[in-house]
Amino acid sequence: MTQKPLPTGAGVLATTQPLPDYGKAPELSREERLRWYRLMFLTRKFEERSYQSYQTGLIGGFCHLYNGQEAVAAGTFAAITDADPVITAYRDHAHGLMRGIRPGPAFAELYGRATGVVKGKGGSMHYFNVDKQMYGGHGIVGGQTALGLGLAFATKYLGEKKVCFCYMGDGAVNQGAFHESLNLAQLMKIPVIYVIENNMYSMGTAVERHSAPVELYKRALGYDMMGVRAEAQDFDLVRQVSWTLAERARKENMPAILELMTYRYRGHSMSDPQYYRSKDEVEEYRKHDPVEILRGRILSEGTVSEKDLDKLEDEVRKEVQESHEWALASPYPAQSEIYTDIYA
Amino acid sequence: MAKIAYRDAVRDAMSEEMTRDSRVFLIGEEVAQYNGAYKCSKGLLDKFGPDRVIDSPISEAGFAGLAIGAAMYGLRPIVEFMTFSFSFVAFDQIVNNAAQIRYMSGGQIKIPMVFRGNSGGGHQIGATHSHAPENIYATFPGLKVVVPAFAADVKGLLKSAIRDDNPILVIENEALYGRESEVPDGDYLTPIGKANILQEGTDVTIVTHGRSCWTVLEAAQELHKMGIRAEIIDLRSIKPLDWPTVFASVRKTHNLVCVDETKPFCGVSAQVAAEVQRACFDHLDAPILRVTSVEAPMPFSSALEDECIPNVARIIEAVKQVVA
Repeated sequence: MTQKPLPTGAGVLATTQPLPDYGKAPELSREERLRWYRLMFLTRKFEERSYQSYQTGLIGGFCHLYNGQEAVAAGTFAAITDADPVITAYRDHAHGLMRGIRPGPAFAELYGRATGVVKGKGGSMHYFNVDKQMYGGHGIVGGQTALGLGLAFATKYLGEKKVCFCYMGDGAVNQGAFHESLNLAQLMKIPVIYVIENNMYSMGTAVERHSAPVELYKRALGYDMMGVRAEAQDFDLVRQVSWTLAERARKENMPAILELMTYRYRGHSMSDPQYYRSKDEVEEYRKHDPVEILRGRILSEGTVSEKDLDKLEDEVRKEVQESHEWALASPYPAQSEIYTDIYA
Repeated sequence: MAKIAYRDAVRDAMSEEMTRDSRVFLIGEEVAQYNGAYKCSKGLLDKFGPDRVIDSPISEAGFAGLAIGAAMYGLRPIVEFMTFSFSFVAFDQIVNNAAQIRYMSGGQIKIPMVFRGNSGGGHQIGATHSHAPENIYATFPGLKVVVPAFAADVKGLLKSAIRDDNPILVIENEALYGRESEVPDGDYLTPIGKANILQEGTDVTIVTHGRSCWTVLEAAQELHKMGIRAEIIDLRSIKPLDWPTVFASVRKTHNLVCVDETKPFCGVSAQVAAEVQRACFDHLDAPILRVTSVEAPMPFSSALEDECIPNVARIIEAVKQVVA
């Protein structure tokens, strides 16, 4: 096993082209920062509860947890608005929760209930919330990269000056659909940002065992595209680099790859015994925890007291527990639902 | 009524719908500057410009997926596959994304789009370029599949497909592009899911679709000389399929021969035969026979290829056997 690079606090680590200087991302208000912290903490607690629920047999099928990667979804989302479309792969709980899915319907989906966010028809891997421009939740590795291209294409076609953030794991960089999408994005000048959530493992296959170039942002070189590698445990650093690329996409219709170096604490899915990495490695990364980093930053800024943060966290814990219980008390879908939502 | 070529009917349908709705655009290989590999988009680039008539690189998964994503956002794309044989390169996008996303999103998303293009064998272009894939795509709930045989139907069905809120495959055929037939004047739609009785008869029902319609019509003239009156049903739409029209005809003629260009194993004719024996068992005077492509890849030599797709001789033989 190769030693994995730990975060240094540098933010941007490398680029294939000089990054344009659009200055600093607009300051977030105290309330907005707290909102993002709350969503990151909520995601963490939601996933911890999901872990327990899976262990006790409440969740069937696959379940991929986001613990350790929270600053990726939060930092990128905080750089754009809820009017900008986003789409991701199957590790999608965070993207759903941070784009308006309430934890109740989110749990209910995991438990296969009628009150689930997609009525018990999609499960863990297929959260959607189109009201907030969250377009899934997709199970085939890399398949969503072409869809993200199309969402961005549509915003440009309609002259909306939006940007689409399309998320994928590091394992998806080897899929053909991704490479076709990169070429089309650069060729047609489509405002899509491909966020590679590089948690260093494609299931159990470490990056150096699945990708010829281990620096995944360099895939952009083959398409004359902007590629950026950045650290991703710090919400503010992620937000800044995301904002720069989003501005470039809006102003110049230019796509990019944003490789965010992150780490997942749990296995690939719930059925992963993790023979491929050491406990020490996981513990090293836990020392650079994205939720703790933002918590510490907010406290050091002195705008919020520890007491207030404790209160906020207690509220979230309560909300997660109540949502879990509400979901468990929800009915299963009627048999007739098998045949609805097939055709429009 | 004017007589026009099938390819011009395809073009007219796209042109009329693009004029009517600015959300409709066309993307595919060679659709713009080249005017389409089979000239089905002739003049559209000049009329609508490069933002709406888009030449794609050879990247079926990429541009099919792009179009599906655009449809998720509310546009109404038309994807041209130079041939549906190439659609298999985009198979994951079509069957896992276009077909399933509405269901998996609990009905939050619509995919209002069309995949269209050439299909079928008979042109000595080998096994990889000669697929008739309508039975394959028809197995996926979420997709609709139409296979028009005539200029009037391809225009009316394509216009209906463009206006429909679901992903629809409009499967054309190279052998038909140059064939002329009458097309109604003005704006009209052909309903998806309605078969058409091409010829009424009393002795045997022949259920067919696509290019085979023309072959069956030719065979029917020979059969007529033998005193056999065949009723010919052009399915036009494979999914959904117009079962009432098929069943009513079989209950009238008491005999059924299915003719189509898909493979015999799990093909369209197999599906028709299964449903008819269930619904019309007491009405049948003879076992249902099928005339399909054969259980082999499409060979290159025309001496072999002509035997591999339904031809007049095989159709006549099957009908004679059934009515004997």
